[in-house]
Amino acid sequence: MTDISQTPDTSSTAKPKGSLFDKDARTKRRNAAEGRFKLYGIAAIGIGLLMLVVLVTKIVTAGTGAFQQSFLELSVELKEDKLDKKGNRNIEDIKKVSTFGYAPLISTALETEVQNLGIQTDLKPKEMGKILSKAAQADLRNYVIANPDEIGNTVSFRFLVNSRVDGYMKGRVTRESIANDKSISVAQLDLVDQLRDAGVLYKAFNPDFIFGSDASDQRPEAAGIGVSMLGSLFMMLVVLVLALPIGVAASIYLEEFAPQNRLTDIIEVNISNLAAVPSIVFGILGLAVFINYMHLPTSAPLVGGLVLTLMTLPTIIISTRASLKAVPPSIRDAALGVGASKMQSVFHHVLPLAAPGILTGTIIGLAQALGETAPLLLIGMVGFIASNPPDGIVAGFLSPNSAMPAQIYEWSKRADPAFYERAWGGIIILLIFLVTMNTIAVILRRRFERRW
Amino acid sequence: MMNDMTRVERTVDSKAIKIAANNVQVHYGDTHAIKDVNVEIEDKTVTAFIGPSGCGKSTFLRCLNRMNDTIDICRVTGDILLDGEDIYDKRVDPVQLRAKVGMVFQKPNPFPKSIYDNVAYGPRIHGLAKNKAELDELVEKSLRRGAIWEEVKDRLDAPGTGLSGGQQQRLCIARAVATEPEVLLMDEPCSALDPIATAQVEELIDDLRKRYSVVIVTHSMQQAARVSQKTAFFHLGNLVEFGETGQIFTNPEDPRTESYITGRIG
Repeated sequence: MTDISQTPDTSSTAKPKGSLFDKDARTKRRNAAEGRFKLYGIAAIGIGLLMLVVLVTKIVTAGTGAFQQSFLELSVELKEDKLDKKGNRNIEDIKKVSTFGYAPLISTALETEVQNLGIQTDLKPKEMGKILSKAAQADLRNYVIANPDEIGNTVSFRFLVNSRVDGYMKGRVTRESIANDKSISVAQLDLVDQLRDAGVLYKAFNPDFIFGSDASDQRPEAAGIGVSMLGSLFMMLVVLVLALPIGVAASIYLEEFAPQNRLTDIIEVNISNLAAVPSIVFGILGLAVFINYMHLPTSAPLVGGLVLTLMTLPTIIISTRASLKAVPPSIRDAALGVGASKMQSVFHHVLPLAAPGILTGTIIGLAQALGETAPLLLIGMVGFIASNPPDGIVAGFLSPNSAMPAQIYEWSKRADPAFYERAWGGIIILLIFLVTMNTIAVILRRRFERRW
Repeated sequence: MMNDMTRVERTVDSKAIKIAANNVQVHYGDTHAIKDVNVEIEDKTVTAFIGPSGCGKSTFLRCLNRMNDTIDICRVTGDILLDGEDIYDKRVDPVQLRAKVGMVFQKPNPFPKSIYDNVAYGPRIHGLAKNKAELDELVEKSLRRGAIWEEVKDRLDAPGTGLSGGQQQRLCIARAVATEPEVLLMDEPCSALDPIATAQVEELIDDLRKRYSVVIVTHSMQQAARVSQKTAFFHLGNLVEFGETGQIFTNPEDPRTESYITGRIG
């Protein structure tokens, strides 16, 4: 294609080489090669875009279901003879009634509701009650304990339904697919159909998925990502507070003050290598140092944050050094030339110019840390952590928690397909965070780029 | 070209020596960049360093305010005395030195800040102004000395980087004089400027001579002839010839100087 030996013989007599309007064979070949290359490029971009579209479509179709949940509206009579036998509204006595004690109330309420709506069914009240989530009893108990004065009254509730029923409402569960399923029967689905037609069983937006806590294996319909979101938030705080100052100080020293010698060369190479160390290695390091040696609490966001700090530091150092390098030396000369000290020239002139780059690198490092799962496996932040939102800031750092990606991993492991849907929903939330952070990084870069 | 020389007053009174360099050697790693240079720079005089590219004139200039300190591999030996004090003495803080010996660079390099802040930066870090009014006055005075006041007085808040090349360079000169230096070093200050801007800067240099000792490195022999009273010719790291500008350009002693100024080498 680019064979030099084929150059035509240039004879000494200068005669016209042919019209400019006709392309010679060589030009045609070169143009064809260029055309082919452009085509390859377009094809490559096309493949990339196609994959992105497939990915986003899959995430959106599989995950949006998690934001909706099926609810059953039900009026429950809070019978005094069941909930407060002594009738003195003593909160300790009321607490003695376990969640199982609330099951008959719900079954009875559902039976009454079915009769009122004129629905024909052969199901016993107890079996009717099973279309509701196990969380319903707990919700009811919590309500009674919070409002003991309501005992004796009839209160209207919106209960979560069982994940199978929810799956039926969303089309995931069908009459055929439950043939071997012992937890739900066709008769119950018939009841569900009638309740839906009557308008008391419906799908609605479920804020508990975004703000709530994880739930046990039997109650996928009650699981939410909120608490693990807090876990991620506390970890990111640790990362930001530690990695940004350490990373920036290290970069400034290395870039502006350190002498160029073998030691700094070794440090430089090692920082670059550190960025390529698999994250699981940082996890095991965290386990060995922070938990086994320093005896920090297991599963705590503080430890997770420390491990992620180690991981994020190289990213921040590398991007900070790159943005310090990008500041033209003439600015440093100018500052030194008017008698500024080294430190004044760095802090008054170089650092402000490098700041957008540093911030961009930090945000991208944080986004990376936010999506990191592997190191969390080793320090016990993956697994079912039946936690409520942490009680205060200190507890936020020290009490066991999970993180968003770890929660997604945890859900995707569980057997019930209802959790699978929640895993995709969690991915949507995580992606929203990551895209937001990256957008901020891009905006910062655009706005403050190249002011000299 | 030689006609230009009549423009500048040639009389050089016997003036005080501002900077004296004795046996200065500069090494960049293994490269011997400056070889045994002895030169005496007078106060209130424009001294021009001329010579072909890579002859070491800029390197030597940067030794005079220790800007070479920022280069790790650079090593300077010999004495450079400013008012009789060795600037490479251990007790000398280069930061303090650079406040006395200001510098203007080849490429105009205003800070990406406002015109006002560009000029005010030096006085601020050296504490030259007690209050805002004094600082305002100092900024105006410096901009006037930089011969750019009239052009920028209405837009002191505009960024310095938004000015034209010639204006930027005069702003940099104003910035350099704002710290009240005693010596002003200029490293090819006009090489990035068009002829009109060059003429303005040259006029300014001639004006600055009244207050400061000015050392200018230039590639243009015409420029050296126009603005300087003393000229030093560098070649391959050696100071070949140093003397009155008129003398160097009309009757050089060394054959290398003659070859250079007549255009045979360089």
